Amino acid sequence: MREITLSQAVNEALAEEMRRDPTVFILGEDVAEAGTPFKVLSGLVEEFGTTRVIDTPISEPGFVGMAVGAAMTGARPVVDLMFGDFIYLVMDQLCNQAAKQHYMSGGKLTVPMVLRTNLGATRRSAAQHSQSLQALVAHIPGLKVALPSSAYEAKGLMKTAIRDNNPVVIFEDKLMYQDKAPVPEEEYLIPFGVANVKREGRDITLIATSSMVQVAEKAAVILAQEGIEAEVIDPRTIVPLDEKTLLDSVRKTSRAIVIDEGHQSYGVTAEIASRLNEKAFYHLDAPVLRMGAMDVPVPFSPALEDLTVPTPEAVAENARKLCSGELIHAA
Amino acid sequence: MAKPKTNTEDYLRMYRQMVRIRTFEDNANQLYLSAKMPGLTHMYSGEEAVAVGICEALTDDDRITSTHRGHGHCVAKGAEFKAMFCELLGKAEGYCRGKGGSMHIADQSHGNLGANAIVGGSMGIATGSALRAKLQGKDDVTVCFFGDGATAQGLWYEVMNMAALWNLPVIYACENNGYSEYTKTEEIAAGSIMARAEAFGIESHQVDGQDVLAVNELTQKLVARARKGEGPFFMELMTYRYHGHHVGDINREYYRSKDEEKDWKENRDPIIRFRAFLVSEGIASEEEIEAMNAEIEKDAAEAVAYAEKAPYPPAEEVDMHVYAD
Repeated sequence: MREITLSQAVNEALAEEMRRDPTVFILGEDVAEAGTPFKVLSGLVEEFGTTRVIDTPISEPGFVGMAVGAAMTGARPVVDLMFGDFIYLVMDQLCNQAAKQHYMSGGKLTVPMVLRTNLGATRRSAAQHSQSLQALVAHIPGLKVALPSSAYEAKGLMKTAIRDNNPVVIFEDKLMYQDKAPVPEEEYLIPFGVANVKREGRDITLIATSSMVQVAEKAAVILAQEGIEAEVIDPRTIVPLDEKTLLDSVRKTSRAIVIDEGHQSYGVTAEIASRLNEKAFYHLDAPVLRMGAMDVPVPFSPALEDLTVPTPEAVAENARKLCSGELIHAA
Repeated sequence: MAKPKTNTEDYLRMYRQMVRIRTFEDNANQLYLSAKMPGLTHMYSGEEAVAVGICEALTDDDRITSTHRGHGHCVAKGAEFKAMFCELLGKAEGYCRGKGGSMHIADQSHGNLGANAIVGGSMGIATGSALRAKLQGKDDVTVCFFGDGATAQGLWYEVMNMAALWNLPVIYACENNGYSEYTKTEEIAAGSIMARAEAFGIESHQVDGQDVLAVNELTQKLVARARKGEGPFFMELMTYRYHGHHVGDINREYYRSKDEEKDWKENRDPIIRFRAFLVSEGIASEEEIEAMNAEIEKDAAEAVAYAEKAPYPPAEEVDMHVYAD
């Protein structure tokens, strides 16, 4: 199979859906000729013109609000939010407006829009361009949240998101834009709420999202050399969440670590760990561990920044402790 | 009054719609005072000429976005009493199956994209609706209602900028009732509100919001031009709210005098003024007007009685409509 980058995969997904459905359009800062700072959208304006790939002023609440209105009246906007950190700027439009229209109207209004943005530290961009804020939006009923972990997922999830009749937030890992993965030439969609078992194993389950899937897979390789067989699962969407696949795995392995690049406290890892505890308690041989980003603003200095995110070595170390029983009576 | 430009049927419908709004609000206020309505609500009484003058210039394909003080917009855009009172009481037959309530009534069949409980929160939605119209080559126009208080929200300046850059068919209708919640507007607004829209190159008009014909005449002109791609436009409608910020805001002399309220109610009431015009022009007799008022009061009383008896939504609807299929 051919290999393309995550950036190309997103670009292909958008182009295919824009050819298929004339109501799909892109709105955001520097999306047209510039193709975004990450060049993910390069070439789209040449095919679809500036009426469907629309450059906006630097007014995030304004253009996200406009996307909500366009979606409520018959269009399918894909909003480009240049950095995930800017979600704070659009919280009212996303969480008070987009997320609630369908419910508040008793099912009469729908908001079929996609907000594509990114996550991920270690790009030396400091505290306001490095956050992974998926937990914030996953907390809000009415929003769906997709976290692609490779080019394959990025394309299939984007196409599903565009066809979904709800507001969907997609976080791409900004460090992964140039990473290649096999992506079929023919059309495919990845349904929401279906986790992907990336690697099978019997000793411990590593549930990882987005950027942390690679970390978990590397940890599994380290562990395999020591005779510990880790199962690696990528939920792919955290709302909706494929609980069954996660629970089936944990019932088999009896141990789990949940890894996500958002801050650990009150985060995605806490939610998933809690569900495993509630629903698979008697199958567990050890507490479910959370591994998120440190609860500090992301520091600039590489010497400090690299300390804030989970690494394969740290995941492997925790897995070792869980499998040896060392953490059963953790203080 | 502005000079008449349309036929008597239009006049009578405008009068009727204004009285329907006032009657709806009087009944809603009674429901609140008699503790039959959950929560609270914000009365539109006094501002009827704004909603009616504007919405009478629109078709069902034209969209509006409304505010927390939104019953007037909802009635003016074509909504029925029964489903509105059901919504106010949280009943299953309400416009939003009881999930929205007073501050979120939406009536998509008449182009009402919904009231919004965040002040200024619908400015993006209205402008996005207009962007959609332009992108899809449709000639519908969107009117964004908001109060003077909402002009303090940054969102407005962001979307006005884009609307002006892209000539979007949106009309920003600022209902300036003189008060931003419990504070005089002059204490929260520096300079002139119109000048803010004009700074974006948006053609702006100030109009007497108590004169339904003046409002309607101006709106008709602006809507026709917006359909041709000459938008956006801004209208500042000078009006007055008879009640407090919400129905529970009763002792309000610390921010507004009773004399001032009395003056607006007695000398500038939009319904009294238009009624006098209809009679003096021979469009309707006093008897015909009284009959119309009585019929509207009867309709409202029946709708209230119906809503009071109507069932609440069943428990299984609580997690329905979180996500669309």
